Amino acid sequence: MTQLMQTDQILMAFFGGLLPLGALAFFLGRSKAVRVREEGVHMHSQPDQYAWFAVFSTALPAVVLGLLASLAFLVIGQMLPAPMVLTIALAVGAGGMWWGLNAIRPEFRARDFNEASVRWALLLASLVSIITTFGILLSIVFEAVRFFQMESFWYFITGTEWSPGAAFLEGAGRAAEDASDARFGAVPLFVGTFMITAIAMLVAVPIGLLAAIYMSEYAPEKVRTLAKPVLEVLAGIPTVVYGFFAAITVAPMIVTAAESIGLEASFNNALASGVVMGIMIIPFISSLSDDVISSVPSAMRQGSLALGTTRAETIRFVVVPAALPGIISATLLGVSRALGETMIVVMAAGLRPNLSWNPLEDMTTVTVRIVDALTGDQAFESAETLSAFALGLVLFAVTLSLNFVSVIMIKRFREKYRSSNL
Amino acid sequence: MSQSLDDISRQLKARHRKSRRLHWMSMTALLLAGAFLLAFLADMIGKGYPAFVQAEIQAEIHYSEMAKDIPLAAVDEDMRELVSRGFLRLIPNEMEANPELLGTTRMRWVVADDQVDQYLKGHYHQLDDEQVAIVDRLVEEGRADLRFNTYFFTNGDSKLPEIAGIQAAVVGSILTLFVTLAFAFPVGVMTAIYLEEFAPDNKFTQAIEININNLAAVPSILFGLLGLAIFINFFGVPRSSALVGGLTLGLMTLPIIIISSRAALRSVPDSIRQAAFGVGATRWQVVRDHVLPLSLPGILTGSIIGLAQAMGETAPLIIIGMIAFIPDAPNSITQAATVMPAQIFTWAGMPERAYIERTAAGILVLLSVLITLNASAVYLRKKFERRW
Repeated sequence: MTQLMQTDQILMAFFGGLLPLGALAFFLGRSKAVRVREEGVHMHSQPDQYAWFAVFSTALPAVVLGLLASLAFLVIGQMLPAPMVLTIALAVGAGGMWWGLNAIRPEFRARDFNEASVRWALLLASLVSIITTFGILLSIVFEAVRFFQMESFWYFITGTEWSPGAAFLEGAGRAAEDASDARFGAVPLFVGTFMITAIAMLVAVPIGLLAAIYMSEYAPEKVRTLAKPVLEVLAGIPTVVYGFFAAITVAPMIVTAAESIGLEASFNNALASGVVMGIMIIPFISSLSDDVISSVPSAMRQGSLALGTTRAETIRFVVVPAALPGIISATLLGVSRALGETMIVVMAAGLRPNLSWNPLEDMTTVTVRIVDALTGDQAFESAETLSAFALGLVLFAVTLSLNFVSVIMIKRFREKYRSSNL
Repeated sequence: MSQSLDDISRQLKARHRKSRRLHWMSMTALLLAGAFLLAFLADMIGKGYPAFVQAEIQAEIHYSEMAKDIPLAAVDEDMRELVSRGFLRLIPNEMEANPELLGTTRMRWVVADDQVDQYLKGHYHQLDDEQVAIVDRLVEEGRADLRFNTYFFTNGDSKLPEIAGIQAAVVGSILTLFVTLAFAFPVGVMTAIYLEEFAPDNKFTQAIEININNLAAVPSILFGLLGLAIFINFFGVPRSSALVGGLTLGLMTLPIIIISSRAALRSVPDSIRQAAFGVGATRWQVVRDHVLPLSLPGILTGSIIGLAQAMGETAPLIIIGMIAFIPDAPNSITQAATVMPAQIFTWAGMPERAYIERTAAGILVLLSVLITLNASAVYLRKKFERRW
């Protein structure tokens, strides 16, 4: 901890030293350029551009050196003496400033240099998102491979028993003889995830789609301006709040309702999380479907109405089929969201892997087990902890392919109708 | 198969009936969505508002020598179970700070135990008959009352529900979101500028674009796995800290900021760029002096919406350990911290009935902040939106 507090201070000292140095470079560079210009010499760039060039030439070497030093720290695993590194970095910065100030001459093209620097900086920033994707992929794949070295991949995909508890005992060094081996068969988790997702889509697709049809085909302008923000609020509610709602309000309601018709329901029943998840997904489906339906050309509606169809027939046989790729795309996005949703199921669904088709029983999902595996007390190397990454890999692969199909569908729709507002 | 006009007009009636049915059904769907929202809000307010008042009792506090060592001795025996232990624990500190208190006895309004609180609010409680009688007497004498709960806003988390508050979580949220914004805003806007204004249209640029769209749809929990494997295990960023939470949420918010910034940049008409190029500005000058200022309201709107989303996010933060028990607000971004949604999650898992109130009250606070953020985004968009 003390070492990390130091990191804080080192960064503060580094930027505390670099900022005045940069400001100094700016003013020196600018005054030099102004002086040269006042002598009546024609310069290629403006004084400010020379000043910014001086700042670049100061900051860049210092920052690069700082990054190299921290990289070296990561590779060697040992802290280099911080004051030394700081002094060297700032000295290199000062050297860069001296060089930069010397380079300020009438024929020097500071503007072109700055332009190229900005371009490179922007390009580097846009690489962050690519690095993030690779970071997610690598971190998951790397740990998942370690998991599959310990446990069989085939059993993971097809096995029907998920009981990592014994792995914990093994990890703790007291593998009981009578305890059965830890088993990582993920099928019950997949079934639970599928079940809850299916319930959510049964709620979200009809309501979301019909609401979208109402908003784009029937609703007067006033209703539209009122309904859109309402749906946006629904979309902005944090998932942890939905989870609380599902666990405290909806689940007991379902239990009471089930009892009144003579059925037995668990307090962690899959139905509660499914329904609440469906409510959460309604706005995604409705807003995307609304956009798609609105961009179906009105000539198609007019043509259909001119043939004497009723409004509902036009919607059913002309508008919705035309918008179908977009609607499917919205549904797939909704499915992908439901699969990856965590808080609702962590709070309202159970922990017990349960291979069942009864939505009133408790079930668990992939995301619940990921959270459970990573919040326990096991060592990071234990099979249970690593199983979270294997499950994460499955989740990543499935949601990525869903997104991919969804993007292709919406692209097809857009090309067909040349609609630009999607 | 010829149909008579009568047949057709009969069919027509049925067809119109069907048409009206679709109208009704679709309207019901929208109303249903609105009803969900209303039911949900009503439920939260109903559950949460009791937490904003808190039972307090007027009790005699004896600042005796004994109370220094055994704080329980500071109150009369019949009151010991009724006064919050969280208050009693502070008595020795109080006496240390004010030595002149020693030997005095004062009447003070103090926080009551959560069971008294639940009893006064008419909920299920675990007081025995004797205690109920005492509380009833106190109420009659005007010495026990429900008062506005300031502790909820000034205290951190506690194992005693009556003095648990969200202050530490609010501070943690602010620190975390500060890191998020400091990272995601510059990187996001720079990426958007590169893609819209600088990038050539080639395979590489398309790859970045596809990648950003995919990143926006990656489940948030996977960002938690990334934070755990890369930031904590590889770079050694302290677990549970606002720094690691902020960076993880920053990566998550990045696609939202990029996508909305690109839309804002795209809405600036080309004629403005061409005019600037025409007077000899470089590409960067065009962007810095003309395109960026014109698109700033749109960029800010998108960033606020992204920030609001990051603020409500919980799943990745659980993975990187931000659900620790944090009684005191952190004062640096490397200290262990918790955030509002994580605090809500922790309270939701507590067995005491009084925590349900706390949870719902925390939700109300979080929702009001989020609604304020979103409303300010909408206001910004309405006020500065320009159509060319």
